[in-house]
Amino acid sequence: MSEHDTPDTAVVPADDFGHGAVRLDEGHVIGTGGLPDRFENPGLPPHQPRMSDLTEAGAKRAEKQVAALFSVSILGTLVFLVSYFAIARDTYVFIPGIGDVDLSNVVLGTSLGAALLGIGLGAVHWAKTLMPDHESVEMRHTMRSSEERRQGFVDTLRAGGETSQLTRRPLIKVTLGAAMGLFALPLLVQLVGGLGRLPKNELSLTYWSGEVGPDGKPHFKPLRLARDPEGTPIKAEDVTIGSVFHVQPDGLLPDPTSDEPELRAGLESGILEAKSKAAVLLMRLNPSDIKSQKEKDWGYDGIVAYSKICTHVGCPVGLYEQQTHHLLCPCHQSTFDVTDDCKVIFGPAKRPLPQLKITVDDEGYLIATQPFREAVGPSFWERGQ
Amino acid sequence: MSASTSSRPADALRDGDSKHAAPTSKAAQKVGGVAGWIDDRTGAAGGVNYLLKKVFPDHWSFMLGEIAMYSMIVCLLSGVFLTFWFVPSAGEVVYHGSFAPLQGVKMSEAYQSTLDISFDIRGGLVIRQIHHWAALMFTVAVSAHMFRVFFTGAFRKPRELNWVIGCILSMLAIVEGFAGYSLPDDLLSGTGLRAAEGFMQSAPVVGSYLAYLVFDGPFPGEAIIPRLYSVHVLLLPAILIGLFTAHIVLVAVQKHTQFPGPGKTNDNVVGYPVMPVYAAKAGGFFFIVFGVISLMAALIQINPIWGYGPYDPSPVTAGSQPDWYMGFADGALRITPNWLEFTALGYTVSLNIALGALGLIPVFYGVAIAYPFVEGWIKGDKGEHHLLDRPRNVPVRTALGVAALTYYFIFMFAAGNDIIAIKLGMSINDITHFFQATLFFLPMLMFWITKRICLSLQRHDRDLVLHGRESGTIIRTADGKFFERHEDLDPYTRWPLVQQDPVHPIQLESGVDANGVARKGARKERLRAKLSNFYFRDAVNPVTPAELAAAHVGPGHEAIDAEPPTHEIEPDKVDGRMGIDAVHDDSHEFGSSTH
Repeated sequence: MSEHDTPDTAVVPADDFGHGAVRLDEGHVIGTGGLPDRFENPGLPPHQPRMSDLTEAGAKRAEKQVAALFSVSILGTLVFLVSYFAIARDTYVFIPGIGDVDLSNVVLGTSLGAALLGIGLGAVHWAKTLMPDHESVEMRHTMRSSEERRQGFVDTLRAGGETSQLTRRPLIKVTLGAAMGLFALPLLVQLVGGLGRLPKNELSLTYWSGEVGPDGKPHFKPLRLARDPEGTPIKAEDVTIGSVFHVQPDGLLPDPTSDEPELRAGLESGILEAKSKAAVLLMRLNPSDIKSQKEKDWGYDGIVAYSKICTHVGCPVGLYEQQTHHLLCPCHQSTFDVTDDCKVIFGPAKRPLPQLKITVDDEGYLIATQPFREAVGPSFWERGQ
Repeated sequence: MSASTSSRPADALRDGDSKHAAPTSKAAQKVGGVAGWIDDRTGAAGGVNYLLKKVFPDHWSFMLGEIAMYSMIVCLLSGVFLTFWFVPSAGEVVYHGSFAPLQGVKMSEAYQSTLDISFDIRGGLVIRQIHHWAALMFTVAVSAHMFRVFFTGAFRKPRELNWVIGCILSMLAIVEGFAGYSLPDDLLSGTGLRAAEGFMQSAPVVGSYLAYLVFDGPFPGEAIIPRLYSVHVLLLPAILIGLFTAHIVLVAVQKHTQFPGPGKTNDNVVGYPVMPVYAAKAGGFFFIVFGVISLMAALIQINPIWGYGPYDPSPVTAGSQPDWYMGFADGALRITPNWLEFTALGYTVSLNIALGALGLIPVFYGVAIAYPFVEGWIKGDKGEHHLLDRPRNVPVRTALGVAALTYYFIFMFAAGNDIIAIKLGMSINDITHFFQATLFFLPMLMFWITKRICLSLQRHDRDLVLHGRESGTIIRTADGKFFERHEDLDPYTRWPLVQQDPVHPIQLESGVDANGVARKGARKERLRAKLSNFYFRDAVNPVTPAELAAAHVGPGHEAIDAEPPTHEIEPDKVDGRMGIDAVHDDSHEFGSSTH
């Protein structure tokens, strides 16, 4: 680099590298001797002939290789067709390193792969060995159109505006603009209006809240805690210390012995929707381990029930660590401390899991004495209202 | 027909064809006949002939985009197959198919039909696994293609628009993938949808309305499966195909970029014509991609939904993970601190969810889309670029790209924090905190490392040009010194190392004009100069002929350093007995004179 190539040349500060030797790109040049500023493109390198260009034997060998690859493809197709009919659907074989596999899947997929790869590799090998390998050169042109063409385009647009009188008649211009701006609205309103209904207070209600009456308010009825998915009620004495029960409200779960799909009456929506909010985890702790008085009061003799729906984005908080009494959500690893009112001790969730207040009824079954006092599951804007 | 009756170029071309190259065989005549029949009705001969003669350059990295294109086609093809059997319905049924463990289990029709595809339809599992593997390969190839385009500067003018289209394609591809793997309604995908509903609820103000709109009521509802289906097979594919077509047409119109090399200039394309070379190579490559996907489908199990069971909101599997391309968003959620959720005026603001789940993807792609315009502005670069940059020659861009990738991979690996904890027997809390901490230093560290590597590679290039390559020949001089002879590079090898334009930071002009009045836009110019300085202040520029000539001058003249002198071997330090100097073949001893 020399100092006189372009006026905007900047000089790289010499202390950048902190050494004594003077580098030529530091602007100190002696004896350029009339050399060009830049190297010149030497042009395409000399062509290297391939084996198949040099000898007929080389070309013949390439031909055979290509033909062999195409034959592999033909063979693959035949194997596919035969095995499609020949291999029974539920045949399993053991393949070392993979394990028990569905034979039909392996053979069909592999033969299809061979049929395709044979064609592909054959074609590429053909191109690389026998097709011309002299480079072609195509010239580029700037993307920009010539000035006349650009001017012509502008002229056409302007002429269009003028001959249609759009430019002279602002009333048309304004109303057309407004009409074009508005016409999508009906379609948009139809779509958005029809996609779903309003949430109202549904996100704050669960099956535990009771049936919603005609006044729009739920009417609470104490429900037994039932095993999920069996649907059988739970006695307090069944819950031993350290054990954990997956719970749904009694009456929600369908009869597991019935083979018929069923829909529960009295539900706003289906069973899955109710289950996704009503799911509860039931654990028994040594009462002395419980740090929160409210937790003790809302439980029964160390048995506590908490919403199973994570307060982060709503995954079931499915992992209970018996030793530490931690609940872990497998989706994003929020961790809740069951001994301390299920407060968040780690992870992205902010709020504790809501507790369900429970006691036992006359027959010794666990029941909920009040619904959840706050919305379960993920946060939403108006949940505090 | 004779040319005189018509002046249409296509007629003339057809006449010319028959005159110069009369079909010799019956078969050739037949092809000519068919082509002629079509050309009589479309006049396509000229255009098609132009396309057949079109030249494409050759480089392995140009295949990444091809892999993306072909795996998308495989997705479309296998997806059409699947639509014949898949039932996009959340309606409840009781399973009586041939997979014994789920006999009598209640499930949705979507899940049942996916089981049927996997167990009762011959070859159905192959097609399903081809579809899933092709989708994964598509997203991988799109990302790799994007990296190639970024790091080689292929997004520069005139290709900024195609970069924007490509970014949108990449973003839609991951949405399409998410919609696809949510369809089977198995426990894993249902858990993903459960989380997605939570994401929507977290949107400030409109969250619960948004969720109720998308799911038509409370989660899960019966609407989401058919809706996702229509998005997955109709809406997004239509947009993807449209944008993809525009992407390819722009490549053809703008002609493909090429790597610098002897004979290659900014004004030409050096390569091979479509007919016959690329017809065989690229056409064959489709079959290779399809074949490899088929082999994967045959041998590597993907998404075994029968093992997860039908969706039920109450159970969950440990190690719930999305497909890889959703990993970075999921990982961002896992490491976002929970104090970002707060209540204000009685309303709940869940930034701990909204930032990662709703904000990350638009921000990530927004930055990517903006980059070409920002870099162009900093450089004040208005020229067309058809020669690619070698990544080392633009150290700051390369380093910025690596820093962005570092962010991406921190988020992605954070999505595996539970798996890492189990596999390595480590504390999940420590791992999560580690990922949180890395966000604050690792990208900067990677930026610095990458930039240093680029600069040293550039200096190495200079060194190679100035001092030639090591010949392996040891020469002993009359006075007993040993040195290795270096050989000058031949011009073809040298050219790629010296072809790039020298770069300099733009100079800051005075903020005031000749009359001492503040100039308009001076602040903007100052920012630009600052950024330009950030990009180019330590640029290593290519060797010039004068420098090479100076390097050839004998001893006694000033020595030329390609890089800081620490690199050179001091004769005395080798082992005290034998001094080895790096010496040029004209016996100019460099190194010794600098110490």
